[in-house]
Amino acid sequence: MSDPVGYLPVAPGSQAPLNSPGYGSTHKRHPKQAAIRIAPTLTESVAPRMLERDYPAFADMSVHEGRQAQGERIIVGGRVLDENGRPVPHCMIEIWQACSTGRYHHPLDTHDAPMDPNFKGEGRVFTDENGAYQFVSIKPGAYPWRNHKNAWRPNHIHYSLFGAGFAQRLVTQMYFPGDPLLPLDPVFNAVADAGARDRLVCGLDMDIGREEWALGYRFDFVLRGRDATPTENPS
Amino acid sequence: MSKLIATASQTIGPYWSLIEHPEWADLLRAGGPNDGYAKGERISLTGQVTDGDGAICPDAVVELWQADPAGDYEAGFQGYGRSRCDAEGRFHFTTVKPGAVKGRGNATQAPHVTLSIFARGLMNHVSTRLYFSGEPLNETDPVLAQVPAERRGTLIARPTAPGVWSLDIRLQGEGETVFLEV
Ligand SMILES: [Fe+3]
Repeated sequence: MSDPVGYLPVAPGSQAPLNSPGYGSTHKRHPKQAAIRIAPTLTESVAPRMLERDYPAFADMSVHEGRQAQGERIIVGGRVLDENGRPVPHCMIEIWQACSTGRYHHPLDTHDAPMDPNFKGEGRVFTDENGAYQFVSIKPGAYPWRNHKNAWRPNHIHYSLFGAGFAQRLVTQMYFPGDPLLPLDPVFNAVADAGARDRLVCGLDMDIGREEWALGYRFDFVLRGRDATPTENPS
Repeated sequence: MSKLIATASQTIGPYWSLIEHPEWADLLRAGGPNDGYAKGERISLTGQVTDGDGAICPDAVVELWQADPAGDYEAGFQGYGRSRCDAEGRFHFTTVKPGAVKGRGNATQAPHVTLSIFARGLMNHVSTRLYFSGEPLNETDPVLAQVPAERRGTLIARPTAPGVWSLDIRLQGEGETVFLEV
């Protein structure tokens, strides 16, 4: 068996540095020493295969125990691809977010906004054969977070993705178009490249939405790709 | 071929435990993907995650990825676990001890477990490996060999009780853990 093929190098500016001074919590938590780059071994080339049997999907976050959550219902859909444009099928996507008032269903969240008892804020979906996914939720509200004077996070949804290889593991946040808080947010702006930031913003998509029921937003994820085309028919 | 660029990572934030399933820290849990798995030596892995002040990180989450006792991945054993850090900043996994894993070329890698740390204040997760002290293969492991000798200890777990191995993760400062990337 030949050695695992390496991953494409990280495009300059496309990832936030671990030391991002505008985001106060990075000060004491970023490693000062550079990571050691290793050539991928079997360990880094494979990843857990999550099966729906063990990790059941729940794709409608807008209903909790049969009751409708408050707020603006949304459908979010898109594809998971790698950097070579190949779809990533059977990818597990974990989703979590605040309710429409900007309150997390979480004991640590002390924000003084009414918590929606019908919105838990946890979802899980899998991509299909073509890398496509979709879920239903409620548009999350902005919330204060004390990072700086009068700091508010823009509306966002958190995601966790498992790809086909360990280096494809991705935890990120998706933002909404036209949010006036985006230029003020140190987490979003920790990504230096404007194009890379724009790709964290979903797009309104009237084909994903459903008439008289929900607005639709498109959001595609791109996971790291291998830096060479694997041989289809090893000779 | 036109290349896309990987989506930017963003911090997992303080509220990730909305998606927490505490049972995932036990890879051998009843009803889980390895229910009834009987091979290998059952072990516990634990450690404390601390920041640049030596303060604990009780909001951090650690993910584990490992081979089975024969050194294979995903061959009847799912080597994935996730553990939040508790009020003392400690993660706790129950699993089986992995075997030696095939390395690049003709190399053999010492038994190891990959740990990834996610937390508020980490814009991307950081990953390292946990090796087991006293393993003869540690002397020839190609990844350990890439780590400067004086920092290699940050990757070597020590036994603290029968079947219990401990490795602390220091995110920053004195004794900073060696993190690895591919
Ligand atoms: Fe958030």
